[in-house]
Amino acid sequence: MDGMAAGADARIEAQDGGAVLAVSGRLDTATAALLWPRAPDPAVTAFDIAGVESVDSAGAVLLLAIAPEAELRGGSEPVRAVIERTRKALAAAPPPGPPPPYHPISSIGRATVNRLRDARAGIDFLGEAIITTLRVLARPRLLRWSDVLRHLDEVGTRAFPLTLLLGFLIGVILAYQSSIPLRRFGAEVFVPNLVGISLLRELGPLLAGVVLAGRTGSAFAAELGTMTVNEEVDALKIMGIDATAMLVLPRLVAATISMPVLALLMNLAGLAGMTLIMSTLGYPWAAVESQLQQWLTLKDLVGGLFKAACFGLVIAGIGCRAGLSAGRGPRAVGDAATAAVVGGIVAIVAMDGVFAVLFFRLGI
Amino acid sequence: MAEEPVIRAEGLSVRFGARTVFKDVTFDVRRGEIFVILGGSGCGKSTLLKTLIGLVPLAAGRAWLLGEEIAAAGDEARRALLRRIGVMWQSGALFGSMTLTENVELPIEEHTGLPRPARSMLARAKLGLVGLGDAAGRLPAEISGGMAKRAGIARAMALDPPLLFLDEPSAGLDPITSAGLDKLIVEIARETGTTFVVVTHELQSILAIGDRCIMLDKEAQGMIAEGDPKRLREDSTHPTVRAFFRREAA
Ligand SMILES: Nc1ncnc2c1ncn2[C@@H]1O[C@H](COP(=O)(O)OP(=O)(O)OP(=O)(O)O)[C@@H](O)[C@H]1O
Ligand SMILES: [Mg+2]
Repeated sequence: MDGMAAGADARIEAQDGGAVLAVSGRLDTATAALLWPRAPDPAVTAFDIAGVESVDSAGAVLLLAIAPEAELRGGSEPVRAVIERTRKALAAAPPPGPPPPYHPISSIGRATVNRLRDARAGIDFLGEAIITTLRVLARPRLLRWSDVLRHLDEVGTRAFPLTLLLGFLIGVILAYQSSIPLRRFGAEVFVPNLVGISLLRELGPLLAGVVLAGRTGSAFAAELGTMTVNEEVDALKIMGIDATAMLVLPRLVAATISMPVLALLMNLAGLAGMTLIMSTLGYPWAAVESQLQQWLTLKDLVGGLFKAACFGLVIAGIGCRAGLSAGRGPRAVGDAATAAVVGGIVAIVAMDGVFAVLFFRLGI
Repeated sequence: MAEEPVIRAEGLSVRFGARTVFKDVTFDVRRGEIFVILGGSGCGKSTLLKTLIGLVPLAAGRAWLLGEEIAAAGDEARRALLRRIGVMWQSGALFGSMTLTENVELPIEEHTGLPRPARSMLARAKLGLVGLGDAAGRLPAEISGGMAKRAGIARAMALDPPLLFLDEPSAGLDPITSAGLDKLIVEIARETGTTFVVVTHELQSILAIGDRCIMLDKEAQGMIAEGDPKRLREDSTHPTVRAFFRREAA
């Protein structure tokens, strides 16, 4: 007999050379941990529970952990009932098997197949967007103009303050930074040319694109992702409503229209910031103006704004696609938003490279 | 001397903005009984549950749970009280990034000192109890609506709380599973003295498990009946109550 006095008021004693385990007292969550060190014990064939006053499911589980099949001796009706019910429940819930072994080759293969599937789904999406656009061009009534206006407000006007602030700061920063090396050659007067050209051709559209990707691409992905997760998109399709025409197209249109405006604002704010810095360096507005007039052409501006429109289209497309292809579960929407922002920024930088080569060849 | 009720509600009123959901709701729930809250959709049953556990502020009235007035309780008392109640939300409210086992394990881990394998064994037992033994490793996104309900019940029962709130446990379940759940609730109540507060629309369920019930009504903005559901079915003269128990359009 190995007595084993224990904590609060549960006690365990082995009898018959360990075949019968006598338990007494209150077997509950607080005292059940005492049973754990004994589990499992294949020698135990019966529990003597005559002394058990009460048992809760933690107590029952840990008792059965010692010997799942052991018979019960004595004990009150409610105590036996709790233990028997727990025994049945445990039998219905077998412990999980070991995780499947990790195969590096097959996981590379699976990742590749998934990438290819993604790519194909992306092409599907593109095709659908193009076909829907053509259909809408034939019947403009299909486009929901009220939605376009709402998105124009969200994508465009509400981004104005942020765009102006960013543009102004970039103008200030560029002017300061470029004035240092240029001063060494006494060429400070060319700061407006440098800042103006970088803004109009590159930084205006690109930074507006980053703002759009962060503010709007993610919002599109989250909105559409939530709708996908809640099966709202399926509901639309079943009602015979073209989800692309209703959800995607207004967003694409709004982003494509808004982006040149945002880029233009970014340019103007940047030039204003630069002008301010130039005046603190002793160059009056007239000097800045004449430099800009001499060196900047309409081609610079229009090329930049055209790029901005393309960026807007692509960012919105990537955002919508990320949302519509969201998986299930709570992480899905967050993942879609991340994919939209990262995908959008990578895409516009890559496109910018293509445009740079193109403009160079065309001499724009 | 009569035993102190597990829940005592006195003149509860709840308003959202200017709209009164219900007012003057008064009732007691005794230890070990299965107390059912009935009423049409949108009459405030879920709101009443949330009010009792202190999630929705009262416009008027007082409520005591297990002898403690939750609105007046300090942080410490409140935590101790919350540990002794379990809630199954109408929508399941499972944590989406955790498997069902982990969902059930969470309160066990937080509130007991059990070692990890013991915790997961206890969690498995709870899932087995509601018939989800074979889905224990799945994520909430990978199970059906009825399974989510049952997992919610398993999580609510994780710590064997003496007071359990279930918001529509059998909605969305097939009659067989639903009857099994009713049986489980009755068994647990009878064997362990657990008190249940159950919101349900299922007529059969109400009659099978309900010791006592109250019925809320949207038009009346409050309680329109209280008592044993079987007696109410036979004896009530209130038109809405009669329509409810006879499944007629009011
Ligand atoms: N957070 C809230 N803000 C405003 N109104 C609310 C809020 N929660 C609930 N309501 C309103 O309170 C009323 C009661 O809602 P409640 O969810 O309690 O209904 P219910 O009786 O549980 O209905 P059901 O049977 O459909 O679940 C409804 O009219 C609802 O619109
Ligand atoms: Mg409800």
